[in-house]
Amino acid sequence: MNASLSRFNIVSIVLGFAFLYLPIVLLIIFSFNESRLVTVWGGFSTKWYVAMFQNQGLMDAAWVTARVAFISATVATVLGTMAALALTRYTRFRGRILFSGMVFAPLVMPEVITGLSLLLLFVSMGLDRGFLTVTLAHITFTMCFVAVVVQSRLITFDRSLEEAAMDLGATPVKTFFQVTLPVILPAIISGWMLAFTLSLDDLVIASFTSGPGATTLPMKIYSQVRLGVTPEINAVCTLLIAVVTLGVIAAAVVNKRREVQRQRDEQAAQRG
Amino acid sequence: MSNSALSPAGTSTGSEAGFATRLLGGAAKRLVIAVPYFWLLLFFLVPFIIVFKISLSQTAIAMPPYAPVFDLSEGVSGLVDRLGELSFDNYLWLVEDALYFNAYVSSLVIAAISTILTLLVGYPIAYGMARAPATLRPVLLMLVILPFWTSFLIRVYAWIGILKPEGLLNQFLLAVGIIDQPLIIMNTHTAIFIGIVYSYLPFMVLPLYSALEKMDYSLIEAAQDLGCPPMSAFWKITFPLSLPGVVAGCLLVFIPAVGEFVIPDLLGGSQTLMIGKTLWNEFFANRDWPVSSAVAVILLLLLVVPIVLFQNAQARAQEQGR
Repeated sequence: MNASLSRFNIVSIVLGFAFLYLPIVLLIIFSFNESRLVTVWGGFSTKWYVAMFQNQGLMDAAWVTARVAFISATVATVLGTMAALALTRYTRFRGRILFSGMVFAPLVMPEVITGLSLLLLFVSMGLDRGFLTVTLAHITFTMCFVAVVVQSRLITFDRSLEEAAMDLGATPVKTFFQVTLPVILPAIISGWMLAFTLSLDDLVIASFTSGPGATTLPMKIYSQVRLGVTPEINAVCTLLIAVVTLGVIAAAVVNKRREVQRQRDEQAAQRG
Repeated sequence: MSNSALSPAGTSTGSEAGFATRLLGGAAKRLVIAVPYFWLLLFFLVPFIIVFKISLSQTAIAMPPYAPVFDLSEGVSGLVDRLGELSFDNYLWLVEDALYFNAYVSSLVIAAISTILTLLVGYPIAYGMARAPATLRPVLLMLVILPFWTSFLIRVYAWIGILKPEGLLNQFLLAVGIIDQPLIIMNTHTAIFIGIVYSYLPFMVLPLYSALEKMDYSLIEAAQDLGCPPMSAFWKITFPLSLPGVVAGCLLVFIPAVGEFVIPDLLGGSQTLMIGKTLWNEFFANRDWPVSSAVAVILLLLLVVPIVLFQNAQARAQEQGR
């Protein structure tokens, strides 16, 4: 349809985005505040960034978080992609309803329940709480998000490509790696990124399943936030936002380039 | 890869190669299903059974702080002996103590009000996005998704500086002269509503947008040509057609909001009662694992119906996409 934005449409979009972005923008601005008071502007300064890098506890927590997020996102991407394949390709197998339930339920499950139940599992398994348990917990809840992202790409996938490859004698495994995987790769990459940021952000599940020596950055931020708002925390938050935003934008640009390249290839193929 | 058996390659050659292909396909299929299946059984389903089990045990001053209920190492006779020791004390405790009952009710009420507010805020945004020129839509979509990628904790934290009595909102309103007394928003239900609407807005906008984007706007034009006023065209055509998006968005907001911990803890202050916070305190402050397990079991029971609705909606969307 020929889109024509009414004044109401424009106002609601502008107000909506102002609501979404203003708090984050204010948080970033006040991370450069000279004054210790977070809400009174005392001049521009980067001293809180210096203070942040000198805070050993904070740096240790950031390192733990980065490792947990990297490992759990990677494992979750493999498991989530398998789950997505199982759900879209195999419409009939025993326990499929239970399986799809277990994939979708964690998306909305309150975090306190997931955290508590995983902790009780680890205790009854005799695992000590720490790096391993928080990683296992993060794999479990992020793999479901990966599954949903990859699944939505698989649903629109043109199956005749796979059939053609197999008609030409490719084994199913070879077909998967040479035909299916390249097509769904953008979805797998965004699934990985989603899993990574979810793990990076998680406070509740980490608080239940982590132990001494494996304090994650959100746990550290939370314990400091409870004592009051400080510009140093604003600085940490700003840096985290910058990392995630750059990652998301870079991924979008790469995706766009690939898309343009693919279209060019297709046109060339049609002409040739 | 599932259709290796159907593919002509398997049958036309008919030789060992075809057989091997099918065998490999079968093994791959089993692997692709079995690995995530067992992972989720072990780390998602079994933990719930353990939570249920521990909710029936007695609190003990030990580590872990509960008396064992039964374990399979004692065999069947041990199991039967132990069944007599099961205790519903934790549940009785929850029923008798008004604190828990009030926490459940207030969580459901707060989540319901926040969901409606999120819908009211999110619908105009999604509608505007769906009507925007096609070239602008991917950018708008990206802008809605981006805050979702930034930390939940950070976004809630950002509101503390805005809402507190000497915060930015009050400074602004006082400077402009709209108010002459700082508004008390921090540590009230209003702060929780703002926090939930803000944090969960992308979850509402995205399903609404995808429902509205698919809509055929010539229907509206036809209605208007036939003399239907815009408001009535909206309620008779647009809203019913966007209903799947409304349902999905509301469930995506409501279910996690009921068990929300971070928002009531940071913005709601000590007086607000929400069950996620109660569970957290039972666990971390009182170290009462059996009672917190019982709190979790009842919370889960309250959410079973909306969760099943959500799964059905997901399954239906999946079937339609096929």
